[in-house]
Amino acid sequence: MTVVLNQSFTGISIGAVLLLIALGLTLTFGQMGVINMAHGEFIMAGAYTTYVLQQSVSGAGVSLLVALPLAFLVAGAMGALLEWLLIRRLYTRPLDTLLVTWGVSLMLQQLARDVFGAPNVQTTAPDLLTGHITVGGVTLAGNRLFILGLALLCVLALTLILRLTPLGRRIRAVVQNRDLAEVSGIATGRVDRTTFFIGSGLAGVAGVALTLVGPIGPTMGTNYIVDAFLVVVVGGIAQLKGSVITAFALGVLQSVLEYSTTVSVAKVVVLVAIVVFLQWRPQGLYTLRTRSLA
Amino acid sequence: MLQIQSVRAGYDRTTVLHGVTVEVPEDGVAAVLGHNGAGKSTLLRTVMGIVPASAGTVLLDGEDITRLAPHRRVARGVAYVPQGQQSFPHLTTAENLQLVADGRPDGREAVAEALDLFPVLRELSGRRAGLLSGGQRQQLAIARALITRPRLLLLDEPTEGIQPSVVAEIEETVLALTRRGGLSVLLVEQHVGFAMRAARRYYVLEAGRVTSSGDGGAEAEGTVRAALSV
Repeated sequence: MTVVLNQSFTGISIGAVLLLIALGLTLTFGQMGVINMAHGEFIMAGAYTTYVLQQSVSGAGVSLLVALPLAFLVAGAMGALLEWLLIRRLYTRPLDTLLVTWGVSLMLQQLARDVFGAPNVQTTAPDLLTGHITVGGVTLAGNRLFILGLALLCVLALTLILRLTPLGRRIRAVVQNRDLAEVSGIATGRVDRTTFFIGSGLAGVAGVALTLVGPIGPTMGTNYIVDAFLVVVVGGIAQLKGSVITAFALGVLQSVLEYSTTVSVAKVVVLVAIVVFLQWRPQGLYTLRTRSLA
Repeated sequence: MLQIQSVRAGYDRTTVLHGVTVEVPEDGVAAVLGHNGAGKSTLLRTVMGIVPASAGTVLLDGEDITRLAPHRRVARGVAYVPQGQQSFPHLTTAENLQLVADGRPDGREAVAEALDLFPVLRELSGRRAGLLSGGQRQQLAIARALITRPRLLLLDEPTEGIQPSVVAEIEETVLALTRRGGLSVLLVEQHVGFAMRAARRYYVLEAGRVTSSGDGGAEAEGTVRAALSV
């Protein structure tokens, strides 16, 4: 039982990272219908930001705290740039976007290899996060608790932004009826770019979180992008509730199964479970019904 | 105040408007009448910029707006109430209005004025727009358009598919708005009676061409009905 609980907690923290990654994807996919394969490289950008910062700032704790907003800005800026340079020209051609962003993803990986070298690098976690606490026999590692808290904080912040701010209203309006938003005077292009900024920035934050549990490498993003897309597909597009539930469910399922079987078997079982689920609910857990002017 | 000059427009490979010329008088209503598929809605969409004009020009107070993005036309004082009582279904009534008022220095007063015009919306402020009746959603749509303080209002069949009790209210409000001054209206309508009462100029559209036009007013109703029945 304790083992299952321990694995579940690990799963929850994996789910937390998946959630951070999937939030950005569900926003951009829901609002613009864009399948952004380069999203994983924004994770990488966030992780390398942490690494570079730790090289120049002494004190792992300080550099981690600075890395969070900085990674958000770096990854966010990359996302906004990608949107402005390429994606906005391809909004009517989703398949082309997929290919183009995949190409961008490969280029960014190569860029990372050229700059930082092909081997993985590592950061040191602050002392505070290397310990663990034990609650009722369950070991809660400090770094994983931190990641969980970080993800929940980001979900909370994003929820408040979407619900209460003018920007949030505009984003929701564009998701629900893009043409009507445009003819109501909303600069939908600018809203798209802002959404891309926020979504990519959250991937950068996920990258910072990942430096606490593993190595940093040029291909680290690709390991997560597929799982994150699964979260979006199962959770339903363009709303947060489904992503939150699905990310944690997938994380826990995966790591509990991994313990009782092997990594590969766990992956297969999770994928089969998803396929079965989508037969039953092709639209995902939750959906927004939308209509447009045309 | 609005001049649509020899505009051609359509979708993909089909041309819907074959050189349409329509003029909206200053502080007056121009009504566009015609059967389904004549191109009335496409004309409004072209004026708004959702459908690009492949030829011809759209002038707003002399300024060429033919190539402007829709939201920039809104900034220049054009507002549009599309067909089918459209709203942002998952936003509340209040959010639907606030969305348009955001960033406007006069936003608060504009919302208050719009709510005075349609008091029923005040009671529905917390309800999601998707749950409103068709008539309520149409009132919301008109209110939303007015918050941008337009000089030109484009109305696409404002009373179509709406319960009769609300139709009268909407018609009255539209007439009152045009009498208040400072607002010109391009009205697309199937109800000839209402359109002709409101209109200073009328245009009959058939298969993407203006086949007859003239001065509005109830006395011209017979002429228009005859033109439409051909």
